Amino acid sequence: MKRKIIIAALCSIAFSGFSQKYTAEKSFVSFYSHGTIEDIAAENTKTVSLFNTATGDVVFAVPIKEFEFDKSLMKEHFNEKYMDTEKFPKSTFQGKITGFQIDGKGEQKATAVGKLTMHGITQEVQIPGSIEVLDGKIVMKSTFVVKLADYKIEIPKLLWQNIAEQVEVKMEFTYKPL
Amino acid sequence: MKLTLLAALLISFSTVVAQEDLLKELEESKKPETDYTTATFKGTRLVNGQTIETKGKGTLEFIFAHRFGAVNGGVYEMFGLDQAYVRIGLEYGLTDRLGVGVGRNSVDKTIDTYLRYKVLRQSSGASNMPVTVTAFGNAAVRTSPRKADATFDITLEDRMSYTGQLLIARKFSPRLSLQLMPTIVHKNTVDKTIENNDLFALGMGGRIKVSRSIALTSEYYYRFDVGPNNPYYNSLGFGIDIETGGHVFQLVMTNTRGLTERAFLGETTGQFFEGDIHLGFNVTRTFQLKKPK
Repeated sequence: MKRKIIIAALCSIAFSGFSQKYTAEKSFVSFYSHGTIEDIAAENTKTVSLFNTATGDVVFAVPIKEFEFDKSLMKEHFNEKYMDTEKFPKSTFQGKITGFQIDGKGEQKATAVGKLTMHGITQEVQIPGSIEVLDGKIVMKSTFVVKLADYKIEIPKLLWQNIAEQVEVKMEFTYKPL
Repeated sequence: MKLTLLAALLISFSTVVAQEDLLKELEESKKPETDYTTATFKGTRLVNGQTIETKGKGTLEFIFAHRFGAVNGGVYEMFGLDQAYVRIGLEYGLTDRLGVGVGRNSVDKTIDTYLRYKVLRQSSGASNMPVTVTAFGNAAVRTSPRKADATFDITLEDRMSYTGQLLIARKFSPRLSLQLMPTIVHKNTVDKTIENNDLFALGMGGRIKVSRSIALTSEYYYRFDVGPNNPYYNSLGFGIDIETGGHVFQLVMTNTRGLTERAFLGETTGQFFEGDIHLGFNVTRTFQLKKPK
């Protein structure tokens, strides 16, 4: 019994990798959707993220309520009608980033593979992006498209303005060592 | 072979575990934040009266409200459709919590001005607050009758009335919100044989959302200390809120035709269950004049 525990403990240490964790000191998440009457765009600077450079594991959590719009009514509708924010207060990602070297120079192309959870729905996704190491800090950038239907985000039929069925999401995180 | 499979499984499992741990670490690293409740009601009006809602900073709301005559007027009055009582109003959000408004109601040709301030905000998380409380105050002048038509020498002072109100609401769930409204209405000049200068009332109301864009509302004001000669009734109303983009349509049924506190709280002439029901609507359109940030 004791032996098993020791093995398990050793395994977990071995697999968790060296703790080379980075935390996002700056984050910027925005989305843009083209509509027939007006375009809808919002920005969020309250996302938190951790990145383990040893294993490539990365996680982030986006508080949905912190998306800021040009109009306060848009924000209310976004939270009330589309995202059910009271039920699903945040969107998360957990995955692994591959294709970069921590000692690499310049902007490197990288891919994050993992689970994106939004509106209570989890989807396996592959997100393309780039990583650049600058003075011990890591800058991660990514642009990808989210299809609203994949996350069961429905557009109310009564809403007059047509809203695109997919939105373009942009992210930029700056990490510093934890 | 089996061993490799096992190893592969173990590795993939442990990465998932590592990510879960990382996610947990992320959760724990966050400071607890205060989560303020939003959208307790769809608009600043419940049926006839106010809600705790304030417009966001820099937001202008145009409110067009309309009440028909009583449906028991019969075919001759086209069930009330021949008559129309209108209030046209504007409300502006000076800050996210302080709003100022002005309007004119055709009932007694009344002009009303008001302020509302969100004193407490319902919240959870770092700080807990069970209710939202908004203080509302108005001053209204009834410009009818004209000086020449008045039975006595009427002054501006005689025409004034004031309302002080606390709006206390709680959003129990995304679907259900309830509100209490202790209210005082002061009229400078009254016919002392039928009423007092001060009217105390307690309102209660709420809304149930039936879909993302449609909600059912109701509102009732109980008046305290009403004398035996008082010819007026407590006001009662029901409504359906329909929201489409920047508009909110509220279709209502109520026993009052007034749209200012003095008129619907203190001078409701209809008895709902006797068929003195006025159909009507409130339509709001919201304009963002300044960016929120």
